[in-house]
Amino acid sequence: MSSLITRVRLKQIEQLIEKGKRLDERGLGDYREIKIEQGVIEKAEGSARVLLGKTEVLVGVKVETGTPFPDTPNDGVLTVNAELVPLASPSFEPGPPDENSIELARIVDRGIRESKAIDTEKLVIEAGKKVFVVFVDIYVLNHDGNLIDASALAAVAALRNTKMPNYEVKDGEVKIKQGYTSLPMKDQPITVTLGKINGKLIVDPWLEEEQVMDARISMAINDKGNICAIQKGGMGYFTPQQILEASKIVQEKVAELRKKMDW
Amino acid sequence: MSEKPEKLIDKKGFRLDGRKPDELRPIKIEVGILSNADGSAYIEQGKNKILAAAFGPKEMHPKHLSLPDRMVLRCRYHMAPFSVQERKSPAPSRREVELSKVIRESLEPSVFVEYYPRTGVDIFIEVLQADGGTRCASITAASLALADAGIPMRDLVVACAAGKVENTVVLDLMDTEDKVGSADVPLAFMPNLNAVTLLQMDGILTPEEFEKAVNLAMEGCKKIYTLQKEALKTKYIAIQQEEEVEE
Repeated sequence: MSSLITRVRLKQIEQLIEKGKRLDERGLGDYREIKIEQGVIEKAEGSARVLLGKTEVLVGVKVETGTPFPDTPNDGVLTVNAELVPLASPSFEPGPPDENSIELARIVDRGIRESKAIDTEKLVIEAGKKVFVVFVDIYVLNHDGNLIDASALAAVAALRNTKMPNYEVKDGEVKIKQGYTSLPMKDQPITVTLGKINGKLIVDPWLEEEQVMDARISMAINDKGNICAIQKGGMGYFTPQQILEASKIVQEKVAELRKKMDW
Repeated sequence: MSEKPEKLIDKKGFRLDGRKPDELRPIKIEVGILSNADGSAYIEQGKNKILAAAFGPKEMHPKHLSLPDRMVLRCRYHMAPFSVQERKSPAPSRREVELSKVIRESLEPSVFVEYYPRTGVDIFIEVLQADGGTRCASITAASLALADAGIPMRDLVVACAAGKVENTVVLDLMDTEDKVGSADVPLAFMPNLNAVTLLQMDGILTPEEFEKAVNLAMEGCKKIYTLQKEALKTKYIAIQQEEEVEE
């Protein structure tokens, strides 16, 4: 997921971070400006557009009827997919999803699934036979770093905005009625990603920092402040102490974001 | 479908397979068992049976993927169709694509990639039978395959999971515990460098439980590390003895 950047620039970013500063004048623990807009796609049951600095992600939620998985007959189905759209970056190419987009989708999926954000039991129409399937499609429109946090935020914002069609069951057939109800939600997980550059942890790495950083760690935190998903990425490593430090920073940032967004 | 057990931990504190919370499953490791690979390893951890092979350093195919300043590591984690209860399609699933990526990233920090510019190493992992914790066992085996291929490394990478079952933090989850339990934390570690190279989690843990799980997983890693080194030595001691006989 990289584009070219000069060695001089790489060095500059490293040296600044050594001094506790960043190229875009943020502190090491600061997010870029976050803007969330809900309901941007009328034809989708739910949608949200998130701007994280220049990173832009659009999430559309479609709700359809389908069959439940045989091992979970009493739960609706959640499917998360991510598209790294070629217009978002010169490094994205058309074609089937690559490992980066699959990883992105699976990290977002895990945050929503493990925190039980959607009350899937309420999505059952007929146990074992018919349930609602919630499709969360992540569309990356502009890549300027930290797609994970932007996508996770947009996905939850879109789910909070999702309206399900009213329905009735007549002679075993599902009839869609007029009107909508909100998608039943139980939690609002927030994912925070930290990058590691020269042994220092930075919040919300942007594109150029992503190319300097040794490794990243993303943690999803639920309403109660418990950890519900983690993913380490990148070629580098973390010491056990850095992991515990990261967990503390993430908790602080999540509290801050929750307050800001009133989730 | 396997039946859902009522209790994962009994009154005496023993788990389904009779283990204590901080006990590993029986582990058997062999190095150098595939004659066509440059390096290979086989691991059995509980009912997991996993083969790993490394090929290289060699010229990259396709060539344009090679890098001028380092070796490229490629990794494929794959599950055999018969490795699980219900047949798994042999086509790579999204889970396998993600695991291939995180396994590769867990091994990369251990390899001196800068020693072999413009080359590549392919790591192939085949899960012959899966019983929970396959990504960790795969990393343990794949790291040995790299070492067996003679690729310069900073340390062996060893992996082990910890998790939460019935409000207890336990080590090395087996399949049922992973599915029915409330959290799973796979972790890969280079003991000599005190470096965590893979960390994932799913489920729900309080920050305190998470810290406990990370520490427990690292303890497990250190125990497996001893077995890993032993397995590597066993192969090369055998070769040494053969050569002495020839002389």
